[in-house]
Amino acid sequence: MSPERKIRILIAKPGLDGHDRGAKVIARGFRDAGFEVIYTGLHQTPEQIVAAAIQEDVDAIGLSSLAGAHDYLFPRVIELLKEKGADDIIVFGGGIIPEEDLPPLTQAGVKGVFTPGTSIEEAVHWVRENIKPRK
Amino acid sequence: MVKEDKLKEVEEKKKGWLEDLAQILQETPERLPRFSTVSDLEIKGLYTPEDIKDITYSSDIGFPGAYPFTRGVQPSMYRGRLWTMRMFSGLGGPEETNRRFHYLLSHGETGLSVAFHYPTLMGYDSDSPMSKGEIGKCGVAVDTLKDMEILFEGIPLDKVTTSMTINPPASILLAMYIVVAEKQGVSRREIGGTIQNDMLKEFIAQKTFMLPPKPSIRIIVDTIEYCTREVPRWNTISISGYHIREAGATAVQELAFTLADGIAYVEAAIERGLKVDDFAPRLSFFFDSHIDFFEEIAKFRAARRMWSKIMRERFMAKNLRSWMLRFHTQTAGCSLTAQQPYNNVVRTASEALAAVLGGTQSLHTNSLDETYAIPTEEAVTIALRTQQILAEETGVANTIDPLAGSYFVEALTDQIEQQAWEYIHRIDEMGGMVTAVERGYPQAEIADSAYKYQKQLDSSEKVMVGVNKYATDQPPITIWRMTQAVEERQLARLRQVKQTRDNQKVKELLNQIRIASKNGENLMPYIINAVREYATIQEICDVWRDIFGRYSDPGYF
Repeated sequence: MSPERKIRILIAKPGLDGHDRGAKVIARGFRDAGFEVIYTGLHQTPEQIVAAAIQEDVDAIGLSSLAGAHDYLFPRVIELLKEKGADDIIVFGGGIIPEEDLPPLTQAGVKGVFTPGTSIEEAVHWVRENIKPRK
Repeated sequence: MVKEDKLKEVEEKKKGWLEDLAQILQETPERLPRFSTVSDLEIKGLYTPEDIKDITYSSDIGFPGAYPFTRGVQPSMYRGRLWTMRMFSGLGGPEETNRRFHYLLSHGETGLSVAFHYPTLMGYDSDSPMSKGEIGKCGVAVDTLKDMEILFEGIPLDKVTTSMTINPPASILLAMYIVVAEKQGVSRREIGGTIQNDMLKEFIAQKTFMLPPKPSIRIIVDTIEYCTREVPRWNTISISGYHIREAGATAVQELAFTLADGIAYVEAAIERGLKVDDFAPRLSFFFDSHIDFFEEIAKFRAARRMWSKIMRERFMAKNLRSWMLRFHTQTAGCSLTAQQPYNNVVRTASEALAAVLGGTQSLHTNSLDETYAIPTEEAVTIALRTQQILAEETGVANTIDPLAGSYFVEALTDQIEQQAWEYIHRIDEMGGMVTAVERGYPQAEIADSAYKYQKQLDSSEKVMVGVNKYATDQPPITIWRMTQAVEERQLARLRQVKQTRDNQKVKELLNQIRIASKNGENLMPYIINAVREYATIQEICDVWRDIFGRYSDPGYF
């Protein structure tokens, strides 16, 4: 029996935001939970993120934003995934995201948003429930 | 600090206490298996004269205003003058921020502090594709001198001091400030303020970086050299632990990495040929005041003592002012919670008190809604009033360094100092902070601490009220939002500036910056000339990106 392919996740920091504490903690938490994790590093354009996701053949992209540009950047990533025919890659996000911004993000196709206070365990559980290896 | 016969007596009496304690603990054990600070430093149940027996008052603690400055940098401290109440502010465009400045000054704020939006911080103009979605959100949009003129309208720059949190383009914003002052008829010799200008901690923690470490430091030394000669009241760097701490460092790591950064800047300036006593008095510091009350006070006291030793013993500085560690404090953003945000008022008050008891020179108090956005006027007023209540009601500013001599605080000050020296020695062995940063050493240490703390939160070993204990559902609060109109106005103004300035002249002045960048001349005079003709921040930064290359995040996690 061949072992099941691991879940592959790209953790990405879109835009100019420099707050990477949360992204790095969640990347490490996901790795410790047994997922394969690729971290883009800071200051990535949506184009760079989508290119990395396709190249790395990930199952999901986790976007981190703490500087208020999520309303533009998250939907832009999803739009580009669609353009590239890669919209089977699930997009979720986390960071400082006011409650009133959640419905438009969901509508744009963001599958889950983790706001402050989320434990690593909760995020890992959500990934296991919602993301399956694609092949 | 204690006579030997007295110490014997203490030891004897302590035996009795320990026996009593053992009996009590059999019936009622302690609440926790281990008591520790937020940085996970273990704390004993009781401190006695035994814990400070190796401390000598005159050489280790001393008097305020005198070496080693453990008790403060001024002989009279807050009895002479209170700390500067300096609220970090920047929202939308320069018009909105100018209004906020006037509002705060009219409510008793005593110094200005500018928060720029991300594009400015990173050396991009508002019309760059990189700025999409970011304009005016995390601070004020500044593209050209025009914006700075509006930002400081009606504010006399010979009367108010201004701190600017700006790093890769720090020299450009300083140049703009100098020209705004010039237009007010205020000479650059009269203006006072601070640019953050601390690139090492950008690579380590805050992450607004642009050029690789070496050219970054060259431009910093240019500003130090220029200000030493031309802008004598300007603090040329604010060597910052704040962002290091916010990224997850412990108190000891914050202290050690900050001082190690300071050492690197002093070495770079000396290498340029500057005399230590000419520039060192204008180096300033910036620390976090986190939630663990005594740990922070001990950290501030240890910081002063350590820096004075570094300057006097390592760099042979002779000027008393070179030995002084003067610092700004901001209460800890990362200690605040999005949940039950009104609780943040209490956290901030306690952290502000620690900063005052630690002898800060200026203070920013966070607002209750700052986990979400730039504060509303109502929220920022409470934060400012918190400082005023501490200063004028509680009596804590009546006497200098009131916790000196506390067995616990002195022992903790000493312990934090010893642990910070260990880090500094390790960094020295690596060849200094620039090499350590290139190897990712402080970055990795901080990421480890951040991960460990998150695990402690997840297991409820550490408590955050309203997050992992006493959590309740609460309706959302009203937060400040950027508007589309502000973005449009900013873009329109930038277009207009570019159309109406002398573009031929700007091109020529940018070319002069290019030449000076290559041949190693001091860049400040060229930058001042270029911004005076309304060259944009990005136009200047693009020259540097082109010549020096970009630094990109190695993405350690």
